[in-house]
Amino acid sequence: MSATAVTVPARRAERSFGALGLGVSTLWLSLIVLLPLSAVVVHGLDGGLGAFWDAVTSRQAIAALRFTVLVSLATVAINVVGGTLIAWVLVRDRFPGKRIVNALIDLPFALPTIVAGLVLLTLYGQRSPLGLDIAFTQAAVLLALLFVTLPFVIRSVQPVLIELDTEMEQAALSLGAANATIFRRIVLPNLVPAILSGAALAFARAIGEFGSIVLISGNIPFKTQVSSVYVFNLIESDAPISAAAVSTVLLLVSLVVLLAIRGLGRWGARHDR
Amino acid sequence: MTVSRPWRIGLRTLALAYLGALLFVPVGLVFYRTFEHGIAAVWASITTPAAIHAFQLTLTVTAIAVPLNTVFGIVMALALARGRWRGKGIVNALIDLPFAVSPIVIGLSLVLVYGIHGWLGPALTKAGVQVIFSVPGIVLATIFVSLPFVVREVTPVLKEIGDEQEQAAATLGAGAWTTFRRVTLPSIRWGVAYGVVLSVARCIGEFGAVSVVSGKIAGETDTLTLLVEKRFSNFDLAGAYAASALLALIALGTLLVMTMIKPRREEGDA
Repeated sequence: MSATAVTVPARRAERSFGALGLGVSTLWLSLIVLLPLSAVVVHGLDGGLGAFWDAVTSRQAIAALRFTVLVSLATVAINVVGGTLIAWVLVRDRFPGKRIVNALIDLPFALPTIVAGLVLLTLYGQRSPLGLDIAFTQAAVLLALLFVTLPFVIRSVQPVLIELDTEMEQAALSLGAANATIFRRIVLPNLVPAILSGAALAFARAIGEFGSIVLISGNIPFKTQVSSVYVFNLIESDAPISAAAVSTVLLLVSLVVLLAIRGLGRWGARHDR
Repeated sequence: MTVSRPWRIGLRTLALAYLGALLFVPVGLVFYRTFEHGIAAVWASITTPAAIHAFQLTLTVTAIAVPLNTVFGIVMALALARGRWRGKGIVNALIDLPFAVSPIVIGLSLVLVYGIHGWLGPALTKAGVQVIFSVPGIVLATIFVSLPFVVREVTPVLKEIGDEQEQAAATLGAGAWTTFRRVTLPSIRWGVAYGVVLSVARCIGEFGAVSVVSGKIAGETDTLTLLVEKRFSNFDLAGAYAASALLALIALGTLLVMTMIKPRREEGDA
């Protein structure tokens, strides 16, 4: 009985402490993130809907957005296959140096994006020791995006693959199923939620990527110019309203992808049961 | 699934070839290119006044942004993991915005609020405070991009450990602060540490958002990443490599710390 007597005031104090903390941290989030982002949307619409539409549908804006979406989709497609393969090798295979390889997978997250761009230019630019100069091409943009998004699918699939019970696979094997069948019918279905959420994260990252692309793309309008670099040029040439309008579209894409990721998370959790 | 040996070696080769072409060989080549003319030239290049200032600015900005986001991260994680309140789902989703939004959009958003023609521009000018094209703008951009890391690392740990120990402490008469300091914090410390390491790496490496708000004034608002781009654009390739190698070493150090913390974090060490 006396325990409850002590608990009640302590709980109440905790609650008010919690409420204060929640208030302050929500305010922080609003000031740092939400206020500036709402300024983008408001400024984008500053010149009226007509001006917004003109900025968003200018030939260069459309070309940049089209290329950004297409190259991001290509990035995701390669990541889905390559990332799953690498995750499988890291979990099910054994070879010397595996731990180092595993640790280095996160390097693209830790390496500054501008350095990533320079790194790729060193091997695939004008001074390439292999004679593989692809600088200022669309392939170079794809390469940069593959570099910065490398860890997403791998890191999302790996833990699921570790947890995955091999009994099901052994049962299938004993019933005479071929490896391809086992992978397609047993392993893959278990990995799909993780692959998709890794893919969505990679897509979100690819759509907004700037630092790794800026050196290697050459920023050629209608060819290698991506949306984020296009917005950067608009800011530099003092066209903030057009920049805000195009940014609003990018922001919208980010929001949709975020919602998709959350939806996938919930679906994955249900899929687990 | 028992993959035969040739298949396993084939898949392994394929995976390692992909990683090699994309990651290992290019990064290795940067180090080779940096040091091919000797270490003295590299040292001279990263100890010029401009480089030292850029390094100091990067560290200063990181030292401001990371503690603020760590406190925010822990408090927000507690609210998300323990609290029940209206709008939790929305706030939870909004926290990830800095991960999903393009750094250029982030930079622009700050210009539109704090720039001369921004929402707070006139008031700030009157008060004599310059945010954009100055250090405060760089700090704001860095806080923005690194905001979610600690929250995202700590929330799952809090959910995992549950609140039984906290309740026991409260039952024994511990106040909220004592409970937090003596019970909660020790059990989430490795999660916090992991989030802090990720934040530090992001703060040091941020380029896009900072490049919009910095104005790139040499010796004033150049961070280390901006210096890399500036040297590259000015055809000082050796200088760009030297600064990049320094940043790459910091990144490798980050990875090392991450691999050291990871097992402890996963043990849920209490």
